[in-house]
Amino acid sequence: MDVLIGQLATGLSLGSILLLAALGLSLTFGQMGVINMAHGEFIMAGCYTAYVVQQVVSNTGASLLISLVVGFLVGGAMGVLLEVTLIQRMYDRPLDTLLVTFGVGLILQQIARDIFGAPAVNVVAPEWLSGGVEILGAVVPKTRIFILVLAAVAVVALATALKASPMGRRIRAVVQNRDLAETSGISSRRTDITTFFIGSGLAGVAGVALTLIGSTSPTTGQSYLIDAFLVVVVGGLGQIKGTVIAALGIGFLNSFIEYNTTASLAKVILFVIIVFFLQVRPQGLFTVRTRSLV
Amino acid sequence: MRLPRPMFNRSVLLAGSVVVTTSMLLAACGSKASETEASSAESCVDTSGSTVKVGSLNSLSGTMAISEVTVRDAIKLAVDEINAAGGVLDKQIQIVGEDGASEPTVFAEKAEKLISSDCVAAVFGGWTSSSRKAMLPVFESNNALLYYPVQYEGLESSKNIFYTGATTNQQIVPALDYLKEKGTKSLYLVGSDYVFPQTANRIIKAYAAANGMEIKGEDYTPLGSTDFSTIVNKVRTADADAVFNTLNGDSNVAFFREYKNVGLTPQAMPVVSVSIAEEEVGGIGVQNITDQLTAWNYYQTIDTPVNNAFVAAYKKAYGENKPTSDPMEAAYVSVYLWKNTVEKAGSFDVKAIQENAGGVSFDAPEGKVTIDGENNHITKTARIGEIKPDGLIYTVWESAGPIEPDPYLKSYPWAAGLSG
Repeated sequence: MDVLIGQLATGLSLGSILLLAALGLSLTFGQMGVINMAHGEFIMAGCYTAYVVQQVVSNTGASLLISLVVGFLVGGAMGVLLEVTLIQRMYDRPLDTLLVTFGVGLILQQIARDIFGAPAVNVVAPEWLSGGVEILGAVVPKTRIFILVLAAVAVVALATALKASPMGRRIRAVVQNRDLAETSGISSRRTDITTFFIGSGLAGVAGVALTLIGSTSPTTGQSYLIDAFLVVVVGGLGQIKGTVIAALGIGFLNSFIEYNTTASLAKVILFVIIVFFLQVRPQGLFTVRTRSLV
Repeated sequence: MRLPRPMFNRSVLLAGSVVVTTSMLLAACGSKASETEASSAESCVDTSGSTVKVGSLNSLSGTMAISEVTVRDAIKLAVDEINAAGGVLDKQIQIVGEDGASEPTVFAEKAEKLISSDCVAAVFGGWTSSSRKAMLPVFESNNALLYYPVQYEGLESSKNIFYTGATTNQQIVPALDYLKEKGTKSLYLVGSDYVFPQTANRIIKAYAAANGMEIKGEDYTPLGSTDFSTIVNKVRTADADAVFNTLNGDSNVAFFREYKNVGLTPQAMPVVSVSIAEEEVGGIGVQNITDQLTAWNYYQTIDTPVNNAFVAAYKKAYGENKPTSDPMEAAYVSVYLWKNTVEKAGSFDVKAIQENAGGVSFDAPEGKVTIDGENNHITKTARIGEIKPDGLIYTVWESAGPIEPDPYLKSYPWAAGLSG
């Protein structure tokens, strides 16, 4: 019984980690259609932001909370820089975008290696997040509960912003029909930049949070990138709820298969399931229905 | 804008990587064909001048750079010391450095270059088993010498390679002896999914079967894996006496954080690691790994005059905060063993070195080491260490003396059938 509870908690936690890593991507890839291979490096930038802030602010609790804000700004700023200098020139050429951003990702990794060195650096988790909470015989680390809560807050904030704020309405308008949105007086350029800022900023926030459970090294971002794309693709482009359900689904599936087989085999089985799923439903779980002809 | 089918992205990448890998393989095969011709030619090592060239082949870029740069530094330190003391056979040693780029094929290519066009007398370096396996045919067909400084999975012996790191009976077997002595009745095996952990675990399972230990579970994760909640959950419920950890690289960070956070302690269930040295402790965070065990042959804290001098020289050359570790020490030792063999042979000739290598010894920081002429490995003292809050590792147990190398585990009855 406690094994079942433990794996449920593990699945939920893994799902929330995937969700946090994929949420930014669901904006830039899902809403805007930009294949940004440097998204993982924005996560990595978030990790190093947490490290740098911790060197300045020695109280680990305070530095974590400050890092979440700074990480958002750092990730967002890098995203805007990338959008303005490179991506905006190739909105019609997705394959070129893929290659260019992949290259940018490699450059960012090397920059991190030159500044911080190749070995992983240590970000100390605050005292109030050390240890675990016992739930019906299973122990769940507090760091994972923190990430779960953070992911939930980020999803609710993003969904509310998209639904209720004028900026959110502009983003949705541009996603659904760019020409019509422009004719109605919406600056699609400015909307693109804003969307990219938020999406990349969320990657930064994910990076800060992931330092609590994983390592902070120049290649950290890569390990989350494929999973993040997977979540967005399975969830269906252009829908936050698809991303949420896909992340949790993959999290549970992965943790249960892994418990009954091995970590390597679980990945294989998971990929096979996803391939079959996409054969049946290439558009993912949810799609945006519009009357536009594209 | 219409999107391409998203799965397309990965297949493009995959196709790209297949093309790259295939072309590298082809390149490697091409160079092998030319080697056979080169092998009939005389060695081009030039010993007429006042210097002699040696190669230092380490990954200075890519994922292994983190570890191998320190090995390069240690090799350079040894060479500088030898040069300052008058060189080898009155010749100053000159290092030709090359970058293996964490790619076995590049290692093979660069080894070929060092031997055939730089005409070095010996090459020092390599780290991963795959890099060594890739270089092996190059050294054998050119009849050249490689000094390989890292502990590895054993089951190999070449007259062209000198192995100055531990083989399994100098690291893993003593670690198991130690656990048995401490009353460990059951083990849980956790490792990365590649050749070293899999081979190591085969040996551990054979040992356990012969010594009445129970293996409660065995789990591998893909290299670079960062989520250990399921495995740690399994470990926790399996309730073994100890965990034997052959994880490599950054996975250790995620593993130990999870391990500590679910309340597992080194007192209740110690973890013995064979791939965590002094440099890695910082990245894991010493608070997450304090009091856990490691198995190596050398620690910075060994308190002997030879080691104190080595540590002081290393820190003077590369910085006060740089720790010394087992592979660095083995690389440093390999240069001295080469020097001592050359002096015994009175020649830089490969054949003369091979014939004279047996019995050559050196007072190393880890204690006295001697080359075994039969299998080209060296005798080494095994040490179990405990990680302390200062980030250093302190010896808690050591073997009675240097252990004879036995790469095929022939002297262990329980290991019969492993090398087949």
